[in-house]
Amino acid sequence: MGRYLAQRVGQALLVLAATFTLAFLLLQALPGDAVLIKFLELGLTPEQLADIRIAYGADAPLWQQYLHAMGAFLTGNFGYSIRAGVPVTQLLAENLPSTLLLSALAFAAASLLALVLALLATLGGQGWVRALVRSVPSLFIAIPVFWLGIMLIQVFSFQLGWISIISPEPWEELILPVATIAVPISAPLAQVLIRNIDAVLAEPFVTVARAKGASHAWVLRWHVARNALLPVLTMAGVLFGELLGGAVVTEAVFGLNGLGGLTQQAVANQDVAVLQAIVVISAAAFVAINLLVDLLYPVLDPRLARGRRTA
Amino acid sequence: MTARLLEVADLSILYDGRPVVQDVSFAIAPGEVLALVGESGSGKTTTAMAVLGLLPPNGRIARGAVRLDGTDIARWPERRLAALRGARLSLIPQDPVTSLNPVRSVGAQVAEVLRIHGERDGPGLRARVLELLERVGLEPAALRAGQYPHELSGGMRQRVLIAIAVALRPALIVADEPTSALDVTVQRRILDLLDELRRQDGTAVLLVTHDLGVAADRADRIVVLRDGRIQEAGPVRQVLAAPRSAYARQLLRDAPSLTTHRHRPAASGGDLAVQVRGLVQDFPGRDGAPFRAVDGVGFAVRQGTTHALVGESGSGKTTTARCVAGFLRPTAGEVLVGDTDVTALRGEALRHFRRQVQLVYQNPYASLDPRQTVARIVEEPLLNFEPVAKAERLRRVAAMTERVGLPGELLARHPRALSGGQRQRVAIARALILQPRVLVLDEAVSALDVTVQAQILALLEELQRGLGLTYLFVSHDLAVVRLIADTVTVMLAGRVEEAGPVEQVFQAPRSDYARELIEAIPGRAAPQTLESVP
Amino acid sequence: MSGAALPLRAGWPRLQPGLLLACAVLALVLAWAIAPGLFTARNPVQGIPGAQLLPPSWAHPLGTDGLGRDQFARVVYGARESLAGAFVAVAVGLVLGTGLGVLAGARSGWVDAVVMRLVDTLLAIPGLLLSLSIIILLGFGSIKAAVAVGIVAVAQFARLSRAEVLRVRASDYVEAAYGSGGRFGAVLWRHVLPNSLTSVLALAALQFGSAILALSTLGFLGYGAPPPTPEWGLLIAEGRDFLARAWWLTTAPGLVVVLVVLSAERISRAIGGART
Repeated sequence: MGRYLAQRVGQALLVLAATFTLAFLLLQALPGDAVLIKFLELGLTPEQLADIRIAYGADAPLWQQYLHAMGAFLTGNFGYSIRAGVPVTQLLAENLPSTLLLSALAFAAASLLALVLALLATLGGQGWVRALVRSVPSLFIAIPVFWLGIMLIQVFSFQLGWISIISPEPWEELILPVATIAVPISAPLAQVLIRNIDAVLAEPFVTVARAKGASHAWVLRWHVARNALLPVLTMAGVLFGELLGGAVVTEAVFGLNGLGGLTQQAVANQDVAVLQAIVVISAAAFVAINLLVDLLYPVLDPRLARGRRTA
Repeated sequence: MTARLLEVADLSILYDGRPVVQDVSFAIAPGEVLALVGESGSGKTTTAMAVLGLLPPNGRIARGAVRLDGTDIARWPERRLAALRGARLSLIPQDPVTSLNPVRSVGAQVAEVLRIHGERDGPGLRARVLELLERVGLEPAALRAGQYPHELSGGMRQRVLIAIAVALRPALIVADEPTSALDVTVQRRILDLLDELRRQDGTAVLLVTHDLGVAADRADRIVVLRDGRIQEAGPVRQVLAAPRSAYARQLLRDAPSLTTHRHRPAASGGDLAVQVRGLVQDFPGRDGAPFRAVDGVGFAVRQGTTHALVGESGSGKTTTARCVAGFLRPTAGEVLVGDTDVTALRGEALRHFRRQVQLVYQNPYASLDPRQTVARIVEEPLLNFEPVAKAERLRRVAAMTERVGLPGELLARHPRALSGGQRQRVAIARALILQPRVLVLDEAVSALDVTVQAQILALLEELQRGLGLTYLFVSHDLAVVRLIADTVTVMLAGRVEEAGPVEQVFQAPRSDYARELIEAIPGRAAPQTLESVP
Repeated sequence: MSGAALPLRAGWPRLQPGLLLACAVLALVLAWAIAPGLFTARNPVQGIPGAQLLPPSWAHPLGTDGLGRDQFARVVYGARESLAGAFVAVAVGLVLGTGLGVLAGARSGWVDAVVMRLVDTLLAIPGLLLSLSIIILLGFGSIKAAVAVGIVAVAQFARLSRAEVLRVRASDYVEAAYGSGGRFGAVLWRHVLPNSLTSVLALAALQFGSAILALSTLGFLGYGAPPPTPEWGLLIAEGRDFLARAWWLTTAPGLVVVLVVLSAERISRAIGGART
């Protein structure tokens, strides 16, 4: 177990370092003086500029800058935003919470939607109902997120007038964005769930359970649930990435403040430090999530638990 | 035969509208064992599962009745059937490895059948679970109850499933090939256990099996099925001694375990074609320590004879064979094919050596590229060595496929459009096209139905005589080995337990293990008048 | 020889109505891309003065936009932009990804380790962020956006092709091919590549749809083709300004994207399903 742990953590760190290097090279690839010129445009004094230069370590050789930047990142110093002229950390602190809230709500909604779809597709009523529900995830995946947001606004705000866009309540404001992110995210989740449930239902141990006299509900509760849900855990990292991407686009559509707006401005202004920080942080979150899943899995699946005696 | 526990009458079953069981009728008395015997596709499992009301979603009962104590349950709704299952009727499934839920403990899965039928959670339930585990010989029961399926061997898992099946003392147990996935010695112990428990409880058993030997040993009566129809039915002794249907006669003749005569002459000594000395093969183990799969194995095979490597799973027989075929480089020891030491060969030399020794795999479907046609598969080895003109290649391919009994029109087909026997013939043709001296047959007939198996064995015999081939025949099936081999090495846990001429080893085994293996061959209860079977 | 022979050829998928429809949709859109003039006589870039924001009619099946341009013409001409971009993206992902994956799968050892860590790194960055980072580097524009989307897809192609190569390599028939004297190159060419190919092709079809989605997203955010160009994502972005007054401007291009992506997915499933 110890060896596995060390190996797995080592791998995660390696990937993180590689991501950082990639992001760093991205910064270097852009003409550095152009960056500084932008600072001048912002009306910074030469003293402030000198501070920034030192903060960037722009005069040092490349490998020193690299090490310096890495050290700074490790201590939570992501540099300055060119556009806003404030530390990137401050921008993140302002924008991260709302995006996290939006993503968390969307994730909950997507999970619920996926579960309902999967249950309908595998156990729901007539054969044609199941067949119909099975084609829903493909449709959900095919819908562009931004377009879905626009359509929802059009239908629910303009046509039906259910949700105000002029002065919405705080909770009201979130309904459509959450739905917009949740729908496409639910699709791969539902597809995997359907596949897993189908596979588990075809397992001989389900036949054995039925031969014991178990009802459908019993089989679902005691045999299908855990076996079908466990593998879904391995999707967590990928879903997180999708969620973040969805949030970025959705915030743009609904004009919400958050990481999305920040990202967009960073790209539009070539504000590399901001984008670099966002990329490295989201990669770190991805790596951490996957690491957690890998470490958690053996606890949840007895087959992977080590140190047990094999008869 | 007055009381009838179960009566199946004129049962017909459709899969997606296609008939798979037609007009099947039989009855089981309380406490009786009835064997449903047949090859793959005979409808034996389908019939058995229909008794439990557990047909797959695309299957349905078209006609006929399944009467339990006189009541037709064939069209009962799921809820009523569920109440019967586990309590009055129960199932012992085919594959113990996949038949237990991997993420629940053994104890929980035994307790489940009791809980479904109303037992409350608590100390009483736990006591009953432990008692059941003890009853099927899983001890210490408290430890076993807390373990997960992957921590148990195949035989132990089947014991768990038997504990589940007998838990509520049902009137009838449907045992669907309960031991076909197990080693022969384990099979015997499991069948003994089942016998003992059903005698104690007076339970009837519907035993589904492809193995006539098992049926002969364990059943009171036999029903022989083929293509969904009953070919023959009657008391075991009668069916085995004097089969009336042509199909039952063929099945009897082809069943290796029921055939005591050998149809091959004693081995005539040629030069030594294969010599293995002090073979050791280590694999990297789980915790860094190497695992020794083969430990000091040695044997010799004379040109033109068949040597069998026999053993149960984990005995190292396949590893040994793969060393001979040059697919594994042993940790220590020598493998001489002719005068060449295979273990010393590298690169091009090894590649050229492959013309001498060819391997035939257990699963012909997996060993044939699904995208190639039969002609292409058989031709391919010829492309790997000095160029042969296309016309000549095609001539050789046609000759070789004809030689192994494949009709010419199959040449353009893909493996998936062939039957299991045809596929194995293709694999043999591919192996022989380079005119090797030695053929390594790794469980090459194990996956085949007995009648097909008999045909392939006959083909191998004929090829050996005609081409002077040397066979290294790896098998877990002693009955088959007795038929085809001249000499035999019995392996256990990587070591040689016994070796010698087949007759000698089978008639007078010296080691305990070889004796146990031979005694475990099913079919010993069959009447020994079989040699008179035409 | 007994034993049930399997049906002769399960081979090419039987033509189902859904699949047929999917092929028809893609064929039509492809035709739009190749010869848009055949489908509309209107100019997609030049507006008609005084004909702004007209609702759908015979003259303008999908209405007109804020500059009086025929929306149907803009959708038809937009096909070229989107399809060309998707082709470029899939080509980049397929060539780089499959190359890396096959290399890793066929060679194992440290080559495999290096390639897979690189793939892990690509996967660790959320797709949209990765493509935005590449766009920062390359600059805005339709081809650049396509390359960015393609690089995002590299990781998936690499993982799949590696897994396929490993699967095929572990098969008995590959060992049998070595066993009959086959050399590494011959075995790779005769067995490993053909048997890995179907899955990779299925992924390519799927990625074609995903690329159209991703490109329209980038177009919508303003990082793709510059404004007068009729690009589907851009059409929707422009239509957003008239959401309350002209619903047709956003609805139609979005539906076209959905249909094309759905069709690509359907065809991908047909290819993938043909494998066994």
